[in-house]
Amino acid sequence: MNIHEYQGKELLRNYGVAVPNGQVAYSVEEAVEAAKSLGGAVNVVKAQIHAGGRGKAGGVKVAKNLDEVRTYADEILGKTLVTHQTGPEGKLVKRLLIEEGCDIQNEYYVGLVVDRATSRIVMMASEEGGTEIEEVAEATPEKIFKEVVDPVTGLMPYQARRLAFNINIPKELVREAVKFMMGLYKVFSEKDCSIAEINPLVTTGDGKVMALDAKFNFDSNALYRQKDIIEYRDLDEEDEKEIEASKFDLSYISLDGNIGCMVNGAGLAMSTMDIIKHYSGDPANFLDVGGGATKEKVTEAFKIILSDKNVKGIYVNIFGGIMKCDIIADGVVAATKQVGLEIPLVVRLEGTNVELGKKILKESGLNITAADSMADGAEKIVSLVKA
Amino acid sequence: MSILINKDTKVIVQGITGATGLFHTKQAVEYGTQVVGGVTPGKGGTEVEGIPVFDTVSEAVAKTGANASVIYVPPAFAADAIMEATDAGVDVVITITEGIPVIDMIKVKRYLEGKKTRLIGPNCPGVITPDECKIGIMPGYIHKKGHVGVVSRSGTLTYEAVHQLSTEGIGQSTAVGIGGDPVNGTDFIDVLNLFNEDPDTEAVIMIGEIGGSAEEEAAEWIKANMTKPVVGFIGGQTAPPGKRMGHAGAIISGGKGTADEKMKALTAAGVKVAETPAVMGETLIAALKEANLYEKCLTHK
Repeated sequence: MNIHEYQGKELLRNYGVAVPNGQVAYSVEEAVEAAKSLGGAVNVVKAQIHAGGRGKAGGVKVAKNLDEVRTYADEILGKTLVTHQTGPEGKLVKRLLIEEGCDIQNEYYVGLVVDRATSRIVMMASEEGGTEIEEVAEATPEKIFKEVVDPVTGLMPYQARRLAFNINIPKELVREAVKFMMGLYKVFSEKDCSIAEINPLVTTGDGKVMALDAKFNFDSNALYRQKDIIEYRDLDEEDEKEIEASKFDLSYISLDGNIGCMVNGAGLAMSTMDIIKHYSGDPANFLDVGGGATKEKVTEAFKIILSDKNVKGIYVNIFGGIMKCDIIADGVVAATKQVGLEIPLVVRLEGTNVELGKKILKESGLNITAADSMADGAEKIVSLVKA
Repeated sequence: MSILINKDTKVIVQGITGATGLFHTKQAVEYGTQVVGGVTPGKGGTEVEGIPVFDTVSEAVAKTGANASVIYVPPAFAADAIMEATDAGVDVVITITEGIPVIDMIKVKRYLEGKKTRLIGPNCPGVITPDECKIGIMPGYIHKKGHVGVVSRSGTLTYEAVHQLSTEGIGQSTAVGIGGDPVNGTDFIDVLNLFNEDPDTEAVIMIGEIGGSAEEEAAEWIKANMTKPVVGFIGGQTAPPGKRMGHAGAIISGGKGTADEKMKALTAAGVKVAETPAVMGETLIAALKEANLYEKCLTHK
């Protein structure tokens, strides 16, 4: 789960990690009020969307007075920002962060990730702040420094110090930088983050080490114990169909194509997309109904697929292990009866109770094309959609 | 021969009284697995399906001589359950539970350091040695005894591969699901190493997916050490970046972990990579024929 920059900064502030003063605003008036109460001469008006690259897309402006705050807030709110992370359709700005300007001396990068190779949390830092870390890793990998954290001790001050010295934080500010990194690690480990990125981390003219931006991603498996983080969820930032699917515990991802897919198991669901593409078709979604799907769940899954107006055909690919084929067949029949079906449907069933499943489909009288194998089904749905 | 589990493996089920645990325990017993006990704290002294239930894993191990454990407990309690089984000294802990917080798994991995217990999973279908022992949620009947090792990050995709092999008369030595989580107990290299040393395994099929770099690391290892043919497949060639594709670990982040990179790495290591999941079996058979192992691996029909 992602959160907004202003929420991330609130979280950091709660842990004693330095961030500039700022307030969230949902309207132009609120933005002006926020700037007034901050009281500084210079304020930054920042679009709050769940995507990076906002500055380049015109979503971050420096306002030198209240009039400019008003002008920029008016300009950015309601604007659709297109950045390299939003996709071509962009994201509508509904919230702003009004933040006091600061006298930036230098920009750095500090991030934390779960490193799969070591099965540990790793803190990374670089003096190439403001640039995306992937680009730094590509161009100047020697400028990225890493510290692997032992979960027994957590991040140790010597590790934070070593990072601070390595990225050339001014000597007089190393103590502040260490305090910052220790706090950031604490947020990461206590709040079940999967990614935390401070880019840039800045040093200021008045001797502060602060987070100028904050990007957090949380482990969705751990949200059950992070009630305050769930409060931060912004449904406007998520795909409607994905929200609907999550209510039924279905794993669904929207894609751009026109062939809806319903599959059991994540690996099979991914490869079903792949094989559709292989036969020159375009999958409309990833959908894993899971191992313990019920007739009701299958019905909901079907409805979600059909709610996508781009879908011109559906491919159901099931390898019944624990998931029984007759349950899938029942669900498919129930769903099509409920919502009607005017587009081609190809069903491939294999595994537990396959004969029973095939019989249910056959006797339903529905216009269903049966497939003998995964490849056969993919070929059939692609040609039916193209016809 | 086989790897990890065989007809002599004695299993205890942690979470035996839950719906999932109970269902799969029955299936395992039906398959012929020696399920010698179950653990549900507070229900010690009772029995389910004629299997004795204990309050603690150590008691279950002491009284039954179990050397393997399978975990079906809910995600919030799973890390604790894995550590309890490790503390009780079982050889292998197979964790089926999906949805364990990754921070918990980091602690589990640290806890396992220096201990003899091997963890398989979490978020995996389990391990099966056909006709001998089935621990997990895979449908037993699709598997046939034979000489091809299977290792995979995905459940249903493993069934797909096994089904293709069995249909073509190629049996399996052992099929291991290592799970779809970013932090897991056993990786491809561990299992490849076991298959490499298993006299009864002639070739291996390895099924990976997007996310992380376990396949790339396995490719390096294969190039340097593997003496048996390996065939690969990578799921998620069309997956968009930044989206978690069902499995917690199946995500392309920062442009890393793409199917393309993994397929290239495997091909460079001499692994034949199946282009689509529909030809995993075919690709393996072609590799067997090339290595003159086809006759040896043709086990039935």
